[in-house]
Amino acid sequence: MLISVKNLKKEFKEGDLTTEVLKGISFDIKKGEFVSIMGPSGSGKSTLMHILGFLDKLSFGKYFFEDNDVSNLSDFELAKMRNQKVGFVFQSFNLLNRMTVLENVTLPLIYSKGFKGEREERAKEILDQMNLSHRLNYLPNSISGGEKQRVAIARALVNKPEVIFADEPTGNLDSKSGFQVMKILQELNDRGNTIILVTHERITAEYASRIITIKDGLLLDDSPVIKRQIAAENQELIK
Amino acid sequence: MDFHDSIIAAVQMIVRNKTQSFLTMLGIVIGIMAVIIVMSLGASAQEFILGQIKNYGSNMVAIVPGVPDSSGAPAAAFGIVTTSLKNRDAESVINSNNPSIEGVSMYVRGSDLVNWQDNTMSVTFYGTTASYPQIENSVVEKGRFFSVDEESSNAMVVVLGSKVATELFGDDNPLGQKIKIRKSNFTIIGVLKSKGGNFIQNQDEEIFVPIKTAQNVLLGINYLDFMRIRVDKTENIDKVKDEVTSILRENHNIDNPSDDDFMIRSVAQALEMISSITDILKFFLVAVSAISLLVGGFGIMNIMLAIVQERIKEIGLRKALGATSSEIVWQFLIETMTITFISGVIGIILGISISFVAAQIINALGYQWTFIVSYDGIIIGCVVSLCIGLIFGIVPALRASKLNPIEALRHE
Repeated sequence: MLISVKNLKKEFKEGDLTTEVLKGISFDIKKGEFVSIMGPSGSGKSTLMHILGFLDKLSFGKYFFEDNDVSNLSDFELAKMRNQKVGFVFQSFNLLNRMTVLENVTLPLIYSKGFKGEREERAKEILDQMNLSHRLNYLPNSISGGEKQRVAIARALVNKPEVIFADEPTGNLDSKSGFQVMKILQELNDRGNTIILVTHERITAEYASRIITIKDGLLLDDSPVIKRQIAAENQELIK
Repeated sequence: MDFHDSIIAAVQMIVRNKTQSFLTMLGIVIGIMAVIIVMSLGASAQEFILGQIKNYGSNMVAIVPGVPDSSGAPAAAFGIVTTSLKNRDAESVINSNNPSIEGVSMYVRGSDLVNWQDNTMSVTFYGTTASYPQIENSVVEKGRFFSVDEESSNAMVVVLGSKVATELFGDDNPLGQKIKIRKSNFTIIGVLKSKGGNFIQNQDEEIFVPIKTAQNVLLGINYLDFMRIRVDKTENIDKVKDEVTSILRENHNIDNPSDDDFMIRSVAQALEMISSITDILKFFLVAVSAISLLVGGFGIMNIMLAIVQERIKEIGLRKALGATSSEIVWQFLIETMTITFISGVIGIILGISISFVAAQIINALGYQWTFIVSYDGIIIGCVVSLCIGLIFGIVPALRASKLNPIEALRHE
């Protein structure tokens, strides 16, 4: 099993006030799955993604990653897990505007071992797969939103992670660019990558093969998608 | 993230934010520049002053009247006239036939306006002995110095310093001409070769008459302002000082050393004293310029804190991509240290350039000023600029490393 959470709880304390955001959630995700975590805003889906993506620590329960208990990692260990095991695609791209496209994609490799030349080769290879070879030395401000998100996907992939977390990846894109991004994610999944998509839209969630629905910090539903959205079928729109 | 990457990232940041980087660096550039200039000019000034004194020869011993004080200035320096030193004292020293004593000269001094035709000049006149050129390492360029006979016979002869000769006589030959000093006519018998001035006296602007003529005709006194003794070797200075002390005590009927009414100082002693004074001055000036470094350091810290604030989202992203807290600390520390180090190097280059130009200007003004690059200054400049980066960069760097990646990513 790639990911397994048991009775996962998360509390936020502010002064005397304790807010329970996740109230005991359990599920498993197998390697190679494409899972959507869906829920309205405030449901706790982002917090769940942060914990699964090693950005935050859980308060109670257990989290197993590749069958290892990762519930109580130190900050240093969490950073290493983020660097080597997961990749993030954010709604607002989070590219560094003062760095070129190539430098942005190389960034995660800076925090792992490897020589500069090797890193650039690897980043160029991924950017080529994203059809961005002609944008290597562009600054993010001078490329389109769709291209920015493709750069962000390239950055998420560059360290060959076990899981890619995509947090509302189409939220800031027009529908055409949105389809393109979903197509890329589905293609990555077809090639064996595990994808966890966080969204509040049912239609976006249905690009995955399974939807975990969260509401008020509880797991409301966990079921496969019966009629899956296939981005490639919107080929006309993509063109 | 390795060291090399961090430095490249820091240099890229500096290049991409030129205006901000320039303003950040300015404080440190000015501070290091000031330290380098002060150290370089200080070393040159020290060398200049010591060189001037060494011109006299370090084997010179001076005797001045007045109550001795091992560290203080002679009373004469405060305008107090002390009449305890007499010609007889110098004669006794000469008659002691001490083999280490190469020569003795006596001095009295006064000043007057002297003129020749339409040219007038204010000069200091010295009454001295025929031994003056030998004692003072002076060379007679034209004519001759007065003789021992002239010295003891109230001869009305005068020897001019080179500048006095030029200013009064221009291209004319002064030898044989007569000038008036304090209303008495003196015949010019010689002109000294130019020796250059120092902060104590400038022989080129002075004129010299026989000691007794000065005492009897010009000043009406029977005492000496000071006398000088040339010793053969530096190691004999103390012996000579002891012998002269006992001769003078005998002449002045002094039994108790605390009743001494004269002081004996050697040039070597003066060199030591002046070295220590200039060292203190140099240290003080460096300390003052170090304050500007401190101010520059706080400026850097302020700007780096602002940079951390500006880059919260970037820090969050870097953490999300796997940067550990210590990697974030190092990134910001190395950025700050790169900025301060580059500032330091610019400051050093500017400081050396300005010291060089200053040396050229001072030389052009006619002083023997050596341009000295203070290697200590360069090393101190580099180390200090790195330390400033380390000290003033640590607070912003720690602040950056403590940011929570989720909150940092949400920051707008």
